[in-house]
Amino acid sequence: MSLAHDARVAVRPATTAQPSARAWPEIDNPAAWIVAVLLLIMPLIANGFFLIEIFATTLILGTMALSLMFLAGYGGMVSLMQLTIAGFAAYMVAVFGVSANTNISLGWPWWLAVPMALALATIFGTLGGALAVRTEGIYTIMITLAIGAAFYYFTNQNWAIFNGHTGINTVATPHFWGVNWRADIPFYYVVLAVAALCYFAVDYISRAPFGLALQGVRDNPRRMAALGFNVNAHRVAAYAFASFVAALAGVLQVWNYRQISPGSVSVSACIDVLIIAVVGGITRPIGPFIGALIFVLLRTFALDVLIKFGLDGNRFRLLIGLGFLAIVFWSSDGVIGLWQRWRQSHRPTTGRSGGAHGHG
Amino acid sequence: MSKCSVGLLALSSLFLSGAAIAQEKIKVGVTATLEGTYTVLGEDGMRGHQTALNVLGKKIGNKELEFIVASTDATPDSAVRAVRKLIEQDKVQILLSPLSGDEGIAVKNFAKTHPELTFINAASGAQETTYVDPAPNFFRYNMDGAQWQVGLGKYAYDEKKYRKIATVGEDYSFIYTQVFGLVLEFCGAGGQVTNRQWVPLGTKDFASVIAALPDDVDAIYLGLGGADAVNFLNQYQQAGGKAHLMGGSIMIDQTILSSKGNAKNALIGTIAASGQADTWEDPGWQKFVKAYQDAFPPNKRFPSPSLLATNYYGSTMALILALREVNGDLSDNQSKFRTALAKIELDAPNGKIKLDSNRQAIGTNFVTEVVDDGKGALFSKVVKVIPNVNQTLGYDAAVFSKIGLPSRSVPECKKY
Repeated sequence: MSLAHDARVAVRPATTAQPSARAWPEIDNPAAWIVAVLLLIMPLIANGFFLIEIFATTLILGTMALSLMFLAGYGGMVSLMQLTIAGFAAYMVAVFGVSANTNISLGWPWWLAVPMALALATIFGTLGGALAVRTEGIYTIMITLAIGAAFYYFTNQNWAIFNGHTGINTVATPHFWGVNWRADIPFYYVVLAVAALCYFAVDYISRAPFGLALQGVRDNPRRMAALGFNVNAHRVAAYAFASFVAALAGVLQVWNYRQISPGSVSVSACIDVLIIAVVGGITRPIGPFIGALIFVLLRTFALDVLIKFGLDGNRFRLLIGLGFLAIVFWSSDGVIGLWQRWRQSHRPTTGRSGGAHGHG
Repeated sequence: MSKCSVGLLALSSLFLSGAAIAQEKIKVGVTATLEGTYTVLGEDGMRGHQTALNVLGKKIGNKELEFIVASTDATPDSAVRAVRKLIEQDKVQILLSPLSGDEGIAVKNFAKTHPELTFINAASGAQETTYVDPAPNFFRYNMDGAQWQVGLGKYAYDEKKYRKIATVGEDYSFIYTQVFGLVLEFCGAGGQVTNRQWVPLGTKDFASVIAALPDDVDAIYLGLGGADAVNFLNQYQQAGGKAHLMGGSIMIDQTILSSKGNAKNALIGTIAASGQADTWEDPGWQKFVKAYQDAFPPNKRFPSPSLLATNYYGSTMALILALREVNGDLSDNQSKFRTALAKIELDAPNGKIKLDSNRQAIGTNFVTEVVDDGKGALFSKVVKVIPNVNQTLGYDAAVFSKIGLPSRSVPECKKY
């Protein structure tokens, strides 16, 4: 929880010294504008592979990790079931929507199937959260991991709804207004829009009364309870919101691959989301997206890099592991922490306000 | 820091691969299970692929074949991700993929979204892949799991006099297909299958499975593969299991027979059926075994090629021979190449192979028995060779379609 602690330290000067920046701190940050423009014109720069396999995948995984960042960074609750919730939403899109497994899929149009999937996944995540809020720290991790593992084994062996190990193939993707929304460029913009929406929602909530109360609950639940806040209700509400964010990412994921199977909700994939959040840094909403970019680049290119150097390509998992170890070793609060420290050491005078961006 | 350098490397490797397109090359993507439970199978598959390249060469007229390998872990998602990477990043024109059953179903469905490319199945053997709604650009030169069991049921009933058996298998499409082939024939002959147990792929603890094995059966059929099979055998031996065993095609295979330790000795005398037999006398097979043994040092290969090596050899062979027939012409959405693929008759190491109208192999099957060669190495010895096995297993197509698709409980144990 030391990560969360650092964040609180950074919060204070911002709220007191820069009240005008409370609304949208990114507005006066040129780096944020450059990133935003780059993301918008990405289809002009990147071809299909980079656009979808790298950037869209990064945004989808980043959104999933964002839901974890919201719970862990602002609520102090490390939930390993965020991927499970996303996977549940993905399965529900496949089950209610149209797919090649006609004996399972109900064949609803996407505009009915998707809200249904989002609602069910949010309920699923909220119920899981209601269980998990009774515990703290390592026990929260354990109970959410248990939910994730149980869901994985259930999908692997249930053939009536989840089609077992084979999973559900050829899931239909939306076509309307004459646009195939799964074609590379439209799909990229859909993903970008959803990711941006989630990002700003998390950013906004972190400064809204609910988010501030949640951070209070994170730092001192007993004092908050004494002040009259319902601590558990805040935590369950945080789970509900995070579940909705994760469910959105899950819908995008199933559209991206057009299939879903238990491998996508395995325990190791749940842990991948944690790795992404930790590597990126869980003190700010941008962290998970940076973590996801590093994760996707390593996962996609590690094999090629090893072979280019004439090494045994079979050891590519080692390279991935070493990359993560290096990042976590040099910065316990992820890449965000590295960057923050670099700024502070190079610009001692402005370091404080730099550290305060995005919070407050 | 390391993040930066890795990112740079990734970028530079990308530009390098971009420059390589300048020469006249045909790019082929290959996937194999180089991770997870089936790692050993994937590695031997790649050895079979390499052996085929050693024997046949990579030249197609004045063009050269370039192979790009991607790794999967036997789950359908990993296969789709690997195939997409090969198509979108590496711009391959032909795919040699995938290895495992459910991967095959997912890749076949994916193939429909890329009608301009050609997919040659590397080794996967689920029935559904080519039997249900086949993709016109997906070709399979190995038989499916049910075809690989042809002959076993009758042999067990007539020669071994087994009347009642139980099965233990991994809970996914390929093993369903294998049990489908076994049950159809064994029950058709008059035998009974009293109990079918299914374990998740990647199971490590078989204690409860072993405890639940029935005592009143003549034999137990094992449909396991890779690490799962070795784990099962170890625990079965420790539990003092003594039943007669029967094996599926990836259970009685060099991937298991040459595993370390003595648990595999429980398999001596086990009868099985597969698309190959280690000790077959056929000169074509012997030549293939020799080429495989010469290509790799003894500690980096199995004593004799596994079924996966043979399948990868066969699919690579089909790819190269068909490409040579059209002189590397991939124009017009590869239509000439596809016609050549559909018509080709392979003189594969494990017998003649031709395709049916679903682009599914009709080939030769082998009933085998595991023997010790006297020096501690185990091999599968041929007891029966069955030529011309088709996907409907000799049944009339209408009757066959009534049986249903392989699953945990299909087919029922009766005569169809």
